[in-house]
Amino acid sequence: MNPKKVLVLGSGALKIGQGGEFDYSGSQCLRALREEGIKSVLVNPNIATVQSSEEMADEIYFLPLTPYFIEKVIEKEKPDGIFLSFGGQTALNCGVELHSKGILKKHNVRVLGTQVSAIIATEDRGIFVKKLKEINVKTPRGIAVTNISGAIKAADKIKYPVMLRVAYALGGLGSGVCNNNKELAEKASKAFSSVKQILIEEYLEGWKEIEYEVVRDGNDNCITVCNMENFDPMGIHTGESIVVAPSQTLTNAEYHKLREISIKVIRHLGIIGECNIQFAFSPSSDDYRVIEVNARLSRSSALASKATGYPLAFVAAKLGLGYSLTEIDNSITKATKACFEPALDYIVVKMPRWDLQKFRRVEREIGTEMKSVGEVMAIGRNFEEAVQKAIRMLGTGLNGIIGDNISSKDIEKELRKPTDERVFAIASAIDKGISIEKIHSFSKIDKWFLHRIGNIVSVYRKLRKASIRRLSKELLSECKRNGFSDAQIAAIISSDEHEVRKLREKYSIFPSVKQIDTLAAEYPARTNYLYLTYNGTEDDISFADKKKVMVLGSGAYRIGSSVEFDWCCVNSAIALRKLGFRTIMLNYNPETVSTDYDMCDKLYFDDISFETVIDIYRKEKPDGVIVSMGGQIPNNLALKLHRSGIKILGTSPVSIDKAEDRHKFSKLLDSLEIDQPEWKELTTVRNAKKFAEKVKYPVLIRPSYVLSGAAMSVALNEKSLEEYLDKASSVSKEHPVVVSSFITGAKEIEIDAVANKGNLVCWAISEHIENAGVHSGDATIMLPPQRLYFETTRRVKKIAGQLAKALEITGPFNIQFLAKDNHVKIIELNLRASRSFPFVSKVFGTNFIDVATKVIMGQDIKKIGISVSDLEYVGVKAPQFSFSRLKGSDPTLSVEMASTGEVACFGDDLEEAFLKAFLSVGYVIPKKTVFLSTGPAESKAELLESCRLLRKMNFSLFATKGTHDYLRQMGVPSTVLYWPLDGKKPNAVDYIKGGKVDMVINIPKSYQRQELSNGYIIRRAAVDYNVPLITNTQVAKLFVSAISMYRQDGLKIKSWKEYKEVPG
Amino acid sequence: MLRKKPAVGSLILKDGTVFKGTPFGSQNSTAGEVVFNTGMVGYPESMTDPSYNGQILVFTYPLIGNYGVRQNPDSIADSLESSRIQVKGIIVSDYSANYSHWSAIKSLDEWMKEEGIPGIYGIDTRQLTKRLREKGVMLGKIINRQDTGFYDPNKEILQEYVSVKSPVTYGSGKPHIVLVDCGVKNSIIRSLLRRKVRLTQVPYDYDFTRMKYDGLFISNGPGDPKSVTQAIENVRIAMDSEKPVFGICMGNQIMALAAGGATYKLKFGHRSQNQPCIEQGTKRCYITSQNHGYAVNDKKLPSGWKPWFRNANDGTNEGIIHKTGLFRAIQFHAEHNPGPRDTEFMFDNFIRMVREGR
Repeated sequence: MNPKKVLVLGSGALKIGQGGEFDYSGSQCLRALREEGIKSVLVNPNIATVQSSEEMADEIYFLPLTPYFIEKVIEKEKPDGIFLSFGGQTALNCGVELHSKGILKKHNVRVLGTQVSAIIATEDRGIFVKKLKEINVKTPRGIAVTNISGAIKAADKIKYPVMLRVAYALGGLGSGVCNNNKELAEKASKAFSSVKQILIEEYLEGWKEIEYEVVRDGNDNCITVCNMENFDPMGIHTGESIVVAPSQTLTNAEYHKLREISIKVIRHLGIIGECNIQFAFSPSSDDYRVIEVNARLSRSSALASKATGYPLAFVAAKLGLGYSLTEIDNSITKATKACFEPALDYIVVKMPRWDLQKFRRVEREIGTEMKSVGEVMAIGRNFEEAVQKAIRMLGTGLNGIIGDNISSKDIEKELRKPTDERVFAIASAIDKGISIEKIHSFSKIDKWFLHRIGNIVSVYRKLRKASIRRLSKELLSECKRNGFSDAQIAAIISSDEHEVRKLREKYSIFPSVKQIDTLAAEYPARTNYLYLTYNGTEDDISFADKKKVMVLGSGAYRIGSSVEFDWCCVNSAIALRKLGFRTIMLNYNPETVSTDYDMCDKLYFDDISFETVIDIYRKEKPDGVIVSMGGQIPNNLALKLHRSGIKILGTSPVSIDKAEDRHKFSKLLDSLEIDQPEWKELTTVRNAKKFAEKVKYPVLIRPSYVLSGAAMSVALNEKSLEEYLDKASSVSKEHPVVVSSFITGAKEIEIDAVANKGNLVCWAISEHIENAGVHSGDATIMLPPQRLYFETTRRVKKIAGQLAKALEITGPFNIQFLAKDNHVKIIELNLRASRSFPFVSKVFGTNFIDVATKVIMGQDIKKIGISVSDLEYVGVKAPQFSFSRLKGSDPTLSVEMASTGEVACFGDDLEEAFLKAFLSVGYVIPKKTVFLSTGPAESKAELLESCRLLRKMNFSLFATKGTHDYLRQMGVPSTVLYWPLDGKKPNAVDYIKGGKVDMVINIPKSYQRQELSNGYIIRRAAVDYNVPLITNTQVAKLFVSAISMYRQDGLKIKSWKEYKEVPG
Repeated sequence: MLRKKPAVGSLILKDGTVFKGTPFGSQNSTAGEVVFNTGMVGYPESMTDPSYNGQILVFTYPLIGNYGVRQNPDSIADSLESSRIQVKGIIVSDYSANYSHWSAIKSLDEWMKEEGIPGIYGIDTRQLTKRLREKGVMLGKIINRQDTGFYDPNKEILQEYVSVKSPVTYGSGKPHIVLVDCGVKNSIIRSLLRRKVRLTQVPYDYDFTRMKYDGLFISNGPGDPKSVTQAIENVRIAMDSEKPVFGICMGNQIMALAAGGATYKLKFGHRSQNQPCIEQGTKRCYITSQNHGYAVNDKKLPSGWKPWFRNANDGTNEGIIHKTGLFRAIQFHAEHNPGPRDTEFMFDNFIRMVREGR
């Protein structure tokens, strides 16, 4: 009965609405298969995930998650079972298509767990509503429509405001509230460009939003593992909401009424495994609506799993294999069974992490569509403690809900029409004396939450009157119980963090370590899933164990720091265990694998801050702390921890500081005679201009880190420099800007390496496809390099060796270079693992983190030979953007990172790997038409050959006027489309909207941060109407050359193992 | 500003452990048996459950009072389980002075003041719970201003405090159910009445054996089941006839004792809303609400009886059934409130049996 070989679909690149949570769920699924001795095949192009590691699955394919490729893998691997519910909406959609095309049946592949018919019943609104009606369960009044006039008719019937919902969409993409015909028509037209059916529904403003995670087995046992309540009522997507678990404002009758309905619905739909059900619940009666059911693991189930300690994904996989809930052990207590509902004796607060300031022109209001890029989870014994912790965990520089001087200009507006800063506006409104009633009437947030924030504010008011000399034990303790951090207290009473800590130590105010045990202490827990609280008087565990190492995790996923650092942390923990150390992990991101409590010996689910690390360190007394795996967050703490007597393992924090401090690093480079782009830190606009003139435009400008979030930018001339400096608000002594010369037309090169006591152990040199000027996180990267001069790579390696020696590096590091005409300049050195470590490790088949961890722990490893010339394949890493979710944002590449995820694929040559990678991030090979606007003269010339090639392949070319004229001159025929602002027909935007072009190549004219231009409108239209868009010259060239060499069916279906096993 | 130092209340356990916190509710001192409940909702229901009579209740869920209290003590239709607070006192980690719910008419604090029930918050309830788990439930007292002695409710027949004094009748028609009230939760009465029966609620020691009825129901209740000897004897007689008998909680224990079985005291009991119970001989597992300190020893069941349900966590007995199927009982609370509603169908099954048995 049990399958012998099971195909698991991953979720691909991280994007808004589909984050790291699916690495967690897929990894648990693979572990369940392994435990059963069932062979596993994983398809997931996301190379930075833990699930796509050697020890996780038997065969791994870094291929696009599209029905075409999955069918090819099925043909080759011949699995007899498939899991669709562990890879998010991507895997689910793919699975539904495979099923409806009869592919699964044709190849005798059985869907494990929830069947496709049940999935369809949850995804198709019409069927869903009908199904629920059969059992008298209420859904929002709504009408499914398939065209715009139908939508308008439906809205008239239901009455405005109405909610527009899009079927089969992740993260609520395209959904939203519409107040009138015009808004509705606009939204509907966009939606219909990608789906056939939308739903017009009653809008339940101000209703509570409640979710349950439900598990059901094949014997009809059905449990709800966790319920959750959204702090933000209906109207804000749950991925955009602050969420608490368990619910706080439901009575017993309400809690169990919704629970009962959940179970009834899930039984009726016939789900087997795990699913999530969302309710709208009236704030003034016991009326409810079922909003939706997700028949798969979801962001909420990852959260519920971490919030309760119940391994939902693992259990769901076992149920899919036919186990009953009563046959699976509770892996936390190891004494009880999985058939139970966790009892929490703490509260969990989840908060979304947004990065809106990173995007040009984006709307900051939050609503029914997801914009957040990550999330954090905080655990406490009251709401105050947990919510303040959560705010700190966001890593936006804030100390808590109050005391940081964030002020909204218009509090009422902020409360009514929230942005990412609403929660702070609530605190300041309370502080300003606005009543809870009033705040509730503006925001519709339940008064219970508001009163709780009120408690924090009243402690803040008491604290504000105190000073470090007059801060009583009672008040300090009250602050700590209400979630105030030492730094926050210090900021409020104008002291400093160390002074507050000293006082706290004098008063003996320390946090307690508590265990998450799924049963509220009813049974002893065997696992060490832990958090800190000041609302307790006893530690749950002893700290007597010896030979242990603490690893600091990566924190919230954000633009620039994502699943790749979790891979590093997990691999470091695995290496430490192999070396015989007990591992202590500190992290607070519920989407990660590192926060699976069985990845390490002790998991502290808590803030990665100076204060928390010291508190844990003093209790645990580990042999040391590893800060080089979790990215920039732990890296930034290194020196401060070191100065407080914490033993940092690996490269000395003094060296880290030398690399991080621009001035010190620059001096070091000078002394080693290593070249760098000229730069200067400047405090006045006049001096900035002077310097820019000296080094010649364009120049790169970086603001010092300020909360307003001004980004990096390139200034082409004095005017744009001025404009920029105006916007970065004040250039001053406190807020200097760094201006450096910007080298155009240069290549960018990176080296990822591990050194041991200053000697290089292993390294990988990779090359960007885009010229310099594109952030390394947004760049398409090839490994091994394909177009570099031998001399350049020699020089890069030599510099890496010099720096390793000079900084006595022991551990991982990464250097970024500019190269032009065999001349190499250094841009940046990171004395930690970098974003590309999983990529280079997997391409080379050498786990750099394993090596790094060994040398950090003192193993004497000499050089590991990796012979690049022996590699018979190429790896290409490509960025995934989420511009479609960020309304209004300008989808171009710049020096500021904007991608939310990445993939990497293998190929026999660069073009094959590149094409697979681009298909993996959502590009499709154009069929007939390409629209070109190829930018400035140089890029026009550079792309000429590509245009010729496209013609040769029989593409019809559309072009903007300038491009058309140029092409005509060069003898390449094309059809003119007018610029959008010209208002003439045929117009480029009409063609894009009308689906008449298969691809848009638009090369922007400048590196300007903002421009409301024709180019912007075209790019935005391409993104909004789901037409593949390329905005970079080098990428465009490579793309055209790749599609001239390969058709989809020419791309090889080879597993990672097959690539690695070099014949002979 | 001159402010009074906040008051301090203490929980003193029999083993000498002292927990200090902030008093709320009534300022009285009180004593009882200290037990913990791991449910995350339903403090008003738990506090009015007569099975908690004589006990000081520790809520392991740290935030209590969030949705205030909805109270209508005169109506059986209300959500509470009896007309007054039954616990001697409560211990919580964090009390929500500001409640929020459309149906609430007062705060938990106000209600406890009205009923003379003290509480303490600001106590590490997890530490306290672990102590009770390790050492077993023990006597304790809440001291506010004046000290008081320890009080052991298990030495009393608590039914004297919680059972009706004379028979009470609800509804009309057929079938007729006699309910032996050992401290019955209102939800049991509500569950039976919802199924359109005539119900006679009789005192725990009332001799109902010569009454005419179609089915017999033995309720939950506080204390040691062996102490209600009259009820055990009456049930023994009743099981000589062929009228269906159903028991819940203490009812399960009374039926086991009446049949000749044995009961014992659990170390720290089951008080929660997440107890998994497996129907014996099947793979079906139900999530149940429970509140009991005593259990049936199902290795010592008399012949003709067998375990019906067992706890998936610790294997203890969760129900017994007679080979005829006429007499059956469950240790968990099918009437829920607080807790999951998964086993409410038990009432349907019982009433069906009563109707068909006629």
